[in-house]
Amino acid sequence: MRPFEYVRASDAASGIAAVGTTGDAKFLAGGTNLLDLMKEDVERPTRLVDIGGLPLRQIRRTRAGLSLGALATNTETANHPLVREHYPLLTQAIVSGASGQLRNMATNGGNLLQRTRCNYFYDTAMPCNKRAPGSGCGAREGLNKIHAILGWSEGCVATYPGDMANALYALDASVRVRAPDGQERIIPVADFHRLPGDTPERETQLAHGELITSIELPIASAEFARNCHYLKVRDRASYAFAMVSVAAALDMSGGIIRQARVVIGSVAHKPWRSAEAEALLTGKRADVVTFERAADIALRDARPLAHNAYKVELGRRSIVRALMRAARLA
Amino acid sequence: MTPIPDPHSDLSIELNADEAALLDELPQLQGVGQSRRDFMVASAVGGLGLFASNLLAKEAALAGMPLAADAAVATIKAQNVVQVALTINGSPQTLELDSRVVLLDALRERLGLTGSKKGCDQGQCGACTVIVNGERRLACLTLVASLEGGEVTTIEGLADGDRLHPMQAAFIKHDGFQCGYCTPGQICSAVGMLEEARRGDVSHVTGDVARPVHRLTDDEIRERMSGNICRCGAYPGIVAAVQEVHSGRQTAQTWQFATQAQLAAVRKEDDHAAV
Repeated sequence: MRPFEYVRASDAASGIAAVGTTGDAKFLAGGTNLLDLMKEDVERPTRLVDIGGLPLRQIRRTRAGLSLGALATNTETANHPLVREHYPLLTQAIVSGASGQLRNMATNGGNLLQRTRCNYFYDTAMPCNKRAPGSGCGAREGLNKIHAILGWSEGCVATYPGDMANALYALDASVRVRAPDGQERIIPVADFHRLPGDTPERETQLAHGELITSIELPIASAEFARNCHYLKVRDRASYAFAMVSVAAALDMSGGIIRQARVVIGSVAHKPWRSAEAEALLTGKRADVVTFERAADIALRDARPLAHNAYKVELGRRSIVRALMRAARLA
Repeated sequence: MTPIPDPHSDLSIELNADEAALLDELPQLQGVGQSRRDFMVASAVGGLGLFASNLLAKEAALAGMPLAADAAVATIKAQNVVQVALTINGSPQTLELDSRVVLLDALRERLGLTGSKKGCDQGQCGACTVIVNGERRLACLTLVASLEGGEVTTIEGLADGDRLHPMQAAFIKHDGFQCGYCTPGQICSAVGMLEEARRGDVSHVTGDVARPVHRLTDDEIRERMSGNICRCGAYPGIVAAVQEVHSGRQTAQTWQFATQAQLAAVRKEDDHAAV
């Protein structure tokens, strides 16, 4: 690991300033992804600003819904009584990821910012436009079983690997951030992550020095509490990243779908929400034929690489199964 | 090459003064109450020490090898030194170290607490699991700098003097290990995990996450312990051990030490085979 200066932030403003004034400084929260990448020499910050002591750990009810502190751990968030009761999809997504130890360390803000698990990104001997812009993409013509089938560019075929964010996309969450000038802004989570395009090194809308302070869940999304399901398909039954995952949420009345959410994970550079599938489901009776049509539409534009064509059919079937379980038909 | 000594010979003769001093300086074995050297010598004399005495013979052989002339070890200069006050197994410590040092390396290399193991060193195996402020965490991905005021419990801190922690005793009773390398992490993880269950935390295999889960099925234990990999595959024993501590229901031990008669019978067969 390369040397770095360690700074403990005493308050948000000084922490943000300590990062904002140094180009390659980073915030340190749970550290589960950052420290791993520093050991691998992929991340090379010269300064780490530890925000672990800041009072951003609260999970509290607001007039608009539920506010999840950026520093609440994944364990605290998944097991909070209000999350379990009103947003069980988020609980399901979080506990499907990582391990107990990692969920005790990982924070909500850090989870949103986790980097791809692309092998070429991790291997500093390989070209990677995300790690070293302009060096090329090793995965495009390399081993790309775990890579993207949607929204990729010639410069980057990496996927966003997380689970929590898939549920947040389905629940119309938003991300509250504070900038170095003290201004706060709220970013709808659907706009938070970026597709790779020509700048895969820029993964989110955050500017340097901006700090996530909370994630907001709207009250309206509690309508999905009864009919939701998070399905994760992976190489082993536990403690592995998804090959494909689906966050499915339905708001139903008498067997009719009032509104729907379909988000597919690990198929693109960001959680992939299908507005077309959701539109198709709206107003329809919940049944397997309708779900199959929605799944077809959701993956209509899929462009698989040499080794991941399986993700198209796996994704299709996963959407159907997740919707069947959400509708309590399976 | 140094011949492997007869395990029944007096082991102390095999140790040179440096090695004897080195072994005497190692930390006390928690829960055993004697120095590592005494433990190894005693187990050798007790007839169980073939492994231990072989190990010592190898160490003696290695110690006897001359260092290459240019093998002088370069001192690694600490950079960005931070001072951290924390409590480890109930004892207050103030450490001054390079900001890069993770808890696992501080425990093993600075404090002589080598119970916590380095497996993958990147958060994938669970061998370094310790308990920090009541929560199980990975020591390999935790900067010591971030632990100011923290309380760390390692495998060395679980026993109460000579009395093993119930989880340690259950792992022995149910044969929850083979090589033992993952065991300290498994035990610390299990102890932390049962605290989570007491709170009613849910898991990936919980049917309805809206309801708290207090009573763990074997499937729940398997899922909640999935962050601890055991390459020997001692999982059935691990689940049995954790389940016994969790449920309080004593289940039968499925193995026993061989009796003297059984051992004699085996020796007789070996003699026969040798002829």
